[in-house]
Amino acid sequence: MTIDSVVRELRGALHASRVRDGALELSLYARDASVIEGKAAAVCFPVSTEEVQAAVRIAVAHGRAVVPRGSGTGLSGGAVPRGSDGLDPVVIVTTKMDRILEVNAEERVAWVEPGVLNLDLTNAISHLGLHFAPDPSSQSACTVGGNVANNAGGPHCLAYGVTSAHVLAVEVVLPNGETALLGGLDPEPPGYDLRGLFVGSEGCMGIATRIAVRLTPSAPAIKTLLADFTSLDDAARTVGDVIAAGVIPAAMEMMDARFVEVIERSLHVGFPPDAAAMLLVETDGLAAGTEAAASAIRSIAEANGARSVRVAADAEERALLWKGRKSAFGAIALIAPNYYLHDTVVPRTRLAEVLRRINDIADAHQLALLNVFHAGDGNLHPLLLFDKRVAGTMERVLDAGKQIIRVCVDAGGVLSGEHGIGLEKTEFMPWIFSGSDLDAQARARCAFDPEHRFNPHKVLPAGSQCGDLRSIPRGAWT
Amino acid sequence: MRTLDTPDAALEAFAREIGPRDPVTPRGGRTQWDVGGAPDPRAREVSAPSGIVSYEPADMTVRVRAGTTVAELDAVLAEQRQMVPFDAFEPARATVGGVLAVGRSGVRRLRYGPIRDSVLELRFVSADGLTVKAGGPTVKNVSGFDLCKLLVGSLGTLGIIAQTVLRVQPRPPAGKWLVGEADPFETRRRLLRPSSILWDGTTVWVLLEGHPADVQAEAASLGPEFRDGEGPPALPTAGRRSIRPSQLRDLTGSFVAEIGVGVVHTTDLVPPRGIDSVTMALQRGIKTRFDPTGRLNPGRSPEGLS
Repeated sequence: MTIDSVVRELRGALHASRVRDGALELSLYARDASVIEGKAAAVCFPVSTEEVQAAVRIAVAHGRAVVPRGSGTGLSGGAVPRGSDGLDPVVIVTTKMDRILEVNAEERVAWVEPGVLNLDLTNAISHLGLHFAPDPSSQSACTVGGNVANNAGGPHCLAYGVTSAHVLAVEVVLPNGETALLGGLDPEPPGYDLRGLFVGSEGCMGIATRIAVRLTPSAPAIKTLLADFTSLDDAARTVGDVIAAGVIPAAMEMMDARFVEVIERSLHVGFPPDAAAMLLVETDGLAAGTEAAASAIRSIAEANGARSVRVAADAEERALLWKGRKSAFGAIALIAPNYYLHDTVVPRTRLAEVLRRINDIADAHQLALLNVFHAGDGNLHPLLLFDKRVAGTMERVLDAGKQIIRVCVDAGGVLSGEHGIGLEKTEFMPWIFSGSDLDAQARARCAFDPEHRFNPHKVLPAGSQCGDLRSIPRGAWT
Repeated sequence: MRTLDTPDAALEAFAREIGPRDPVTPRGGRTQWDVGGAPDPRAREVSAPSGIVSYEPADMTVRVRAGTTVAELDAVLAEQRQMVPFDAFEPARATVGGVLAVGRSGVRRLRYGPIRDSVLELRFVSADGLTVKAGGPTVKNVSGFDLCKLLVGSLGTLGIIAQTVLRVQPRPPAGKWLVGEADPFETRRRLLRPSSILWDGTTVWVLLEGHPADVQAEAASLGPEFRDGEGPPALPTAGRRSIRPSQLRDLTGSFVAEIGVGVVHTTDLVPPRGIDSVTMALQRGIKTRFDPTGRLNPGRSPEGLS
């Protein structure tokens, strides 16, 4: 079956203008925000659950894989189109399903379509004193559907939890074209927690078409502190000591010297230009607890050698400090044409040691390194800076990345804290999971997608297929 | 710390005891033994090993074997002013594995979230008799599919929980139960992060936790309808309903409801709810793939799956 007939059928089911197969569109949708590239056969933009169902049915009937996609801000290749059986996949983009369907302020729940942007949701409900807690740095561009697929995090997940804790129910179009409602608005829906399994499944189990998200009351008291240090070790120790003191800030972010330099050159936030490391710490809640936490954090930072601790005087200054933190990736273009951002997690007590080892790896590979990350969670984001036009650079970048992941795993860490496995890290899954661990994950996926029609080649390494179910023996316990 | 398999001989011995063939039913402290139906009498009872494997207060994580009682874990965490908000009915008997297998959260869910969100890693014994790891030991992790969520609340029908890594929390420095007669929904609106609000149709019980000055200030803000009191009230155990929090105001009869959550403890039995056919096919698909011969806790099943 040629792709022309697939496109023709898709155009019959959706509007012709929302099914694209031109060279420009196909090249735009061949990538996400990672360095990996794929190839799509067609890209469609459904506007309803029914259109998603139709697109899925058509693609699958023609033997095509389906690759779900939101805004394409993912960093691990999860939305990079890879087909199966030699056929390029159909990409289903959810960005035109961008309505907030219902907000229930009393229950603190909203139903949204998957293409709603993370920050648009928070902005739409802020007048109610509520917000959507997951706040990835890409929040002005990424979609809630993408957040669900990746179980996205963000700085404030330290206190508020990752996306999974903020998703109550998901309407999902399955690989067979049917829709299922997973989870519910009540606290203990019947059956196994398929909602919990679906969140973070990176498009391998279906496409979310409606999502019920939990809305979080915004705290009346907020303190934002910026501490600067003359050594990375001192900052890392401060992180561990704050957590050990029983203080869980709303967010605790670390930025290293190179990051501070880059931000100051582009944004002039007022970060001390000679700092070796800075901590941006936010605590929120009621007045007394917030004040007590802020003063504990200040004392701990000072005891670990902080040169200064600045407290944001007002909302404007707070916004400026956060803008500095979240604008990292645009500003990097000032010092290097390319970067490779990693995402691993280590136990918080191992931060200082792991950071030193990552620095050594970058040095040994003659690569510039920049660190800006969710220190309170132990969620590292080492950024390797390079110019890919220099021959041999990409090989050094990939090798350094692999060694960094290994160091984190050896320190008792995991492969990814919030960016996902995608295509990027499937080969490393056996570093943290045994064959039987991976087999159990494959079985869960196969309950949703027995023929691997949805986002094949992602998350699980090659070979994790749905084995034929053994025939059930006589006298089985059913 | 090893990564692939932190060695734990007790866990391996438990996997051997379970083996790959005959029907087994996991037993914890038997405090919620009636949930999900009676186990097939021909199934062999197995009990997970107990004990705390490792505890890093500064990481705020604890690795514990499933047979450890909630009280034992709580005592060790309390020494470091930390906790996991299990709030089990009978903590001296209830086991960590049992609470997770049943999956019911305690009365402080309103503030601390469901118990499944405290689970970072699970090691369970599969129907093949193999130890399987789900999740990972760090406080944040999206490496692979989240099988922990499937196992919590699965009543031992997908795998038998042997060990877990839990996220712990700081123990709040102050806590106070207040009792009064008021509109429980309005009470919730006035509070930022109450730990619990319970209502029996007349009386409201409120648990405030946090900095002592905040607890005092929030208690005062509730007005003269509330006085310091004892809590929580005795919770009826015959039935348990799960409804949307906004539907709680229509409740009648004898009950204690968790405001803002939607769990209702009742004196009447509550009939199980059904599951629509599409979702049911997924649910059954999960069970068949994890336990093809149905040897894991036969007779029992989560609500809607029997």
